[in-house]
Amino acid sequence: MSMKLPKQRPVFAIAGLALAFSLALGHTGAAQAQEKILRIAMTAGDIPRTLGQPDQGYEGNRFTGITLYDALTQWDLSSADKASELIPGLAESWSVDEADQTKWIFKLREGVTFHDGSPLDAAAVVWNVEKVLNKDAPHYDASQVGVTASRMPTLRSARAIDPLTVELTTSEPDSFLPYNLTNLFMASPKHWQAKFDAVPASVSDPAERSRQAWAAFAADASGTGPFKMARFVPRERLEMVANAGYWDDKRRPKIDRVVLLPLPEASARTAALMSGQVDWIEAPAPDSLDAIQARGYKLYSNLQPHLWPWQFSLLPESPFSDLKVRQAANLCVNREELKALLSGLMEPATGVVEPGDPWRGSPTFQVRYDVDAAQKLMAEAGYSASKPAKVKVQTSASGSGQMQPLPMNEYIQQNLKDCYFDVEFDVVEWNTLFSSWRLGAKDPAAHGAHATNVSAAVMDPFFAMVRFVSSKALPPVSNNWGYFTSDETDALVEKARTTFDEQARNQALGELHANIVDQAPFLFVAHDVGPRALSAKIGNVVQPKSWFIDIATMTME
Amino acid sequence: MTGYLLRRLGYALPIMLGVSFLCFMLVHLSPGDPLVSILPADASAELQRQMMQLYGFDRPLLEQFLRWLWRALHGDLGTSIATSRPVTGEVFRAVGNTLMIAVLASLIGFSLGSLFGFVAGYFRNSWADRLASFVSVIGVSLPNYWLGMVLVIVFSAQLMWLPATGAGPGGSSDWAWDWAHVQYLILPALTMSFIPMGIVARTVRALVADTLSQEFVVGLRARGLGELGVLRHVVKNCAPTALAVVGLQLGYLLGGSILIETVFSWPGTGFLLNQAIFQRDLPLLQGSILILALFFVLLNLLVDVLQTVLDPRIERG
Repeated sequence: MSMKLPKQRPVFAIAGLALAFSLALGHTGAAQAQEKILRIAMTAGDIPRTLGQPDQGYEGNRFTGITLYDALTQWDLSSADKASELIPGLAESWSVDEADQTKWIFKLREGVTFHDGSPLDAAAVVWNVEKVLNKDAPHYDASQVGVTASRMPTLRSARAIDPLTVELTTSEPDSFLPYNLTNLFMASPKHWQAKFDAVPASVSDPAERSRQAWAAFAADASGTGPFKMARFVPRERLEMVANAGYWDDKRRPKIDRVVLLPLPEASARTAALMSGQVDWIEAPAPDSLDAIQARGYKLYSNLQPHLWPWQFSLLPESPFSDLKVRQAANLCVNREELKALLSGLMEPATGVVEPGDPWRGSPTFQVRYDVDAAQKLMAEAGYSASKPAKVKVQTSASGSGQMQPLPMNEYIQQNLKDCYFDVEFDVVEWNTLFSSWRLGAKDPAAHGAHATNVSAAVMDPFFAMVRFVSSKALPPVSNNWGYFTSDETDALVEKARTTFDEQARNQALGELHANIVDQAPFLFVAHDVGPRALSAKIGNVVQPKSWFIDIATMTME
Repeated sequence: MTGYLLRRLGYALPIMLGVSFLCFMLVHLSPGDPLVSILPADASAELQRQMMQLYGFDRPLLEQFLRWLWRALHGDLGTSIATSRPVTGEVFRAVGNTLMIAVLASLIGFSLGSLFGFVAGYFRNSWADRLASFVSVIGVSLPNYWLGMVLVIVFSAQLMWLPATGAGPGGSSDWAWDWAHVQYLILPALTMSFIPMGIVARTVRALVADTLSQEFVVGLRARGLGELGVLRHVVKNCAPTALAVVGLQLGYLLGGSILIETVFSWPGTGFLLNQAIFQRDLPLLQGSILILALFFVLLNLLVDVLQTVLDPRIERG
């Protein structure tokens, strides 16, 4: 007996330690049960800016835009089945002045307050318009202009009519303005002023005082959104807590705290999920999908307003200046096989938007895989196996929204070979590619390419269609890289832009879209599907057909 | 010694100036847009031109460099384009974080590298030599970001013993030296230590082998000095060179490993540089490189001084 005691002591000690450990765990578990914390790993390398106009593309709007802030209008994110549509946000209603269609009246929602308690009123809306459009305003911030002004190309000024009524003025009649306004988030003027007043008096330059005030605001932001900023560690984490007084009952958060972590590396995100460090990862590593599901995590994806195309040059020397060649290319790509190549993480593109979308319309030309029809068109255009159309395509090896550009392009190159195309690639760095995209096909930066492969967000009518096909959008004004011009298309753009009734505008946009598909200024290839993996304990997850997702309506066990 | 220190510091100034100038020019020569972080890809060329004017990037390069240099001389490294935060604060925070893993990685690398190198050098051509040499060659040859991923898969994703990413449960700003935080250090520091370990081991092996073959060792043994005493002399002779190697390695590690810090999302200088490069955040990039160059130069100076202390025969002119 006495011989056994020394052996039992370690056993007791280990048992004691285990008990203490489990008690400690139990204590931690109890603490966690009190607060429902959702930890999200983003693909961004840094926390998107928190001062109201996020950077990092639409991932920024997704995580620090619609969470902390609201805009006058917003996207409906409540359905995974239908296309995401525009709904009222901080504005309850809006209408255009029939006498002067450059003037809009927005009626604000009553009783909305910023996180600091100050009211959201017409003066606050004017202040937020001026932060990016009025260079003489004390709070004008150049760093917010780029991401905002480019998404509201026609907005010029704002004027308060009464505390709950604002008049917005555009440079020309523009029925797309309400869509554009989803990108203008309302920051608190009072909170900013407090930050401005706290800047040391030794800083005398007004621009520098303003910059410092915005930097302080970013570290302690105040919007009207469903979450409030709670803790910010630059480049590492942002913690937001539920805004219990949020104005929209349906979007009042059920989760107490959301922690955002920038994890730009796909395998690091996947490992963080698998080790239980986070509950949600954006864009898991494609080769880890099976392992993630095997561990009980749920994968979500849905069609996004995104287009992965080749945008054709219609300059005279380009083979794609011939409609038959453009249509033949569209008929020669086996998009279903391409989807299999990407482990299912894409949707085949048959236009800028797909059937079921209110802007789809009824194109005459059907984008499909039909090699015989493509070969026939190429033969009519004067090409054959012995006399292929030699085309050069500019692309990048990687880049935001580019999916997997090299394997995808090589696959398309093989496809097009069957239809008498001899494709050569000019692979440039991603930033170089989109700099060249802005400059157009005539610019030396295009290296004589006949098409460019720049993926694009196609969320509102201007960004989805107008900027690619309007003769007013030729470089350097906007992204009509290939110099596509057509009087018929211009007339359809004008009609859509000046149709203010929603149903009629959707119909006009459908006509424009059908015209675009028929004219095929693009090789329509794929839409991204925004894959993400979430813990099974997160409930009420709706991944809409959008770049965004609503965290406010989610629950956690 | 004071004169020597001042002279060395004097040499450092043109080095840093040269580094800043080269870095500035190289960054501007590389393709892309310095406003990429605040200007979306779909912004028009017209808006881009306006923004370039607003930020002063339309001015001649030399003028831009001289303006930056003038401010830097006054201690102002500018403001990050992407975040609007002062560059100085961003860089020093990152340096502090990298210092933690770099020092730990150097300690691990130096200890294990010296051990393996010494064993290999002392027992030349034995199985111990081959084993130690094998380990050191592996250390030098393995891509450390790959090793990092493997360690994460094994210890984080599979065994769930250690966290996969980050610098503490609440981020680096509330760092504490307790297990809850220190566990975040282990995998990145271990991964980072492999290359210095391999380099130190190979250097020490060669040094020990060379020292053992020298006549004074035969002399020591002939005078009847015990083996431990001989070893002490060998170590003393090898130490200055080994120290120089470790100093250089620590300098490299302080620059942060872009790949390792990205794999582990460790908010150090490598992670910061990665961000600065991808976002074309020129003020951040220039400020980071200048401060890292300064650290490197100062570290080399420190090592030189330590070498002189350890071996007074080293005459510094």
